[in-house]
Amino acid sequence: MLQVVCIKQVADTETRVRVGPDGKSLDPTGVTWILNPYDEFALEQALRIKEKLGAGEVVVMSLGGTQVPTTIRSALAMGADRAIHLKTEIAQPDPLVVSQALAAELEPIAPQIVWFGKQAVDDDQAQVGPMVAELLGLPCVSVVASMELEGSRAIVEREIEGGREVVEVELPAVLAADKGLNEPRYASLKGIMAAKKKPIEEKSVVLGEPGLELLSMALPAARSAGRIVGSGIEGVPELVRVLREEAKVI
Amino acid sequence: MSILVFVEQRDGAVRSVSREALGEASRLAGALGGPVVGVCAAAADPGLAGLGEAGAAEILLASHPAFRFYEPRGYVQAVVAAVERVGPQAVIFAASSMGRDLAPRVAARLGVGLAADCTGLSVESGRLTATRPVYAGKAAQRVGFRRAPAMVSLRPKVFAPLAGTNGQAATVTPLPIAYDEAAPKARVREVKAATAGKPDLTEADIIVSGGRGLKGPENFHLVEALATALGGTVGASRAVVDAGWRPHADQVGQTGKTVSPKLYVAVAISGAIQHLAGMSSSRCIVAINKDPDAPIFKVADFGLVGDAFEVVPAFTEAVKKLNAQG
Repeated sequence: MLQVVCIKQVADTETRVRVGPDGKSLDPTGVTWILNPYDEFALEQALRIKEKLGAGEVVVMSLGGTQVPTTIRSALAMGADRAIHLKTEIAQPDPLVVSQALAAELEPIAPQIVWFGKQAVDDDQAQVGPMVAELLGLPCVSVVASMELEGSRAIVEREIEGGREVVEVELPAVLAADKGLNEPRYASLKGIMAAKKKPIEEKSVVLGEPGLELLSMALPAARSAGRIVGSGIEGVPELVRVLREEAKVI
Repeated sequence: MSILVFVEQRDGAVRSVSREALGEASRLAGALGGPVVGVCAAAADPGLAGLGEAGAAEILLASHPAFRFYEPRGYVQAVVAAVERVGPQAVIFAASSMGRDLAPRVAARLGVGLAADCTGLSVESGRLTATRPVYAGKAAQRVGFRRAPAMVSLRPKVFAPLAGTNGQAATVTPLPIAYDEAAPKARVREVKAATAGKPDLTEADIIVSGGRGLKGPENFHLVEALATALGGTVGASRAVVDAGWRPHADQVGQTGKTVSPKLYVAVAISGAIQHLAGMSSSRCIVAINKDPDAPIFKVADFGLVGDAFEVVPAFTEAVKKLNAQG
């Protein structure tokens, strides 16, 4: 079974965000770049499926600039077999054009499962998985919290408000992993060494006309520290009073 | 010109997030052009005429027994058919689990841009501009749209529904779609409810979250009792979820949920940057922590320095007493 895991390089979640000189994007100074955390759950699940079946191939695909291969290598070190790097120098392409480029690459290789993380922790759009599914005419389950393969279909649970939908989906399909789907493995030293020899196929892509226009990025107004209403049990009556009389929230 | 709103139903009832979307559409209608038209996919009419008060002039209803649960293929067809019929300037969804799945599919089908999980919309010289948090709220970006219709999904609990009491009913019009009944490739078999009657974190008015300072999962009952007294939902920090004390669905922060409740109470949470990102847009934040230097106090409106094991039960009792007084 061929599975493709679409991954994105993002700023570490511990990053203190500063706005770059263009007024629209993250200032990259001092930022640590990582594999999008949700993509790790997707990759881990793909690897587990391959291991269970004892056959198949896991390919990672990533769209981005010249810095992306470092993140691709970490996915290869976890155990993916090979990678496809769709090269573009366009910064922050919108979800529509990314989806179109990925769909165009995926269509001829026809994977049984196309994996995504449920969202990238940078732009938080959570769009590319469902968009790629729509463009390929495939069924899709976003926010996958658990997944079992049953022959040519998958039984997946999808996190919704106050519960979970249990969805039966026929393969080929697009699945977008949520945290909690599994516990991603750490790359072993052997995996890291092996990753250096695994092939990364580079392809230049020309992106389409974006649907969005990024106008600006700004930091939210800093929340000013409020006041300490007291300490210990003695502070409780004052806390209740301010919540009731000043904030009017209880 | 018109604004189209996707009206979401579950278990035969319109969800409150759709009233929020209709309310915002009504506020934009003046600057962008009305009327506000809704589109709903359902097995049966969930009382759509009643959405006149929520701001809708008309609701297009695509009905089919398969639409009892979320059925993406059919729902996409319904929204696309509605777009073709009314030619809206903007299409608005709730950024609920359904809206966040459906809206990108519709946008891909139409080949237009989508701004997901917006917290602000404005009209500047006749064009819609959306504000949306990025990096889980550490920053916000403003985006415009290059082609019509502009598509947006709105973060739950941020936009107010109309406080309408005009008694005006919306016109409900059947929307015929060519739905192919042949077995859909993805089908919801059942919906498992987590905790009946409790709102999801993203839609809760009040959230009480617990952190590592609670020392173990067996102590979470303190947080649960306070949440119950306040009529709120329980959340958790990443540390607690990673330790397996609470399910991931409870996690607030950058790899969990971003929330904007009326009241957020952080119990024994120190306030890591990824947690603060997920809850800083709450209207009122209360921090309870025994470490007076904990970063959580820097974002809290009201702080109480103290041991959660003593303070939380006392707080719970005080709230119960208040509730008893009405």
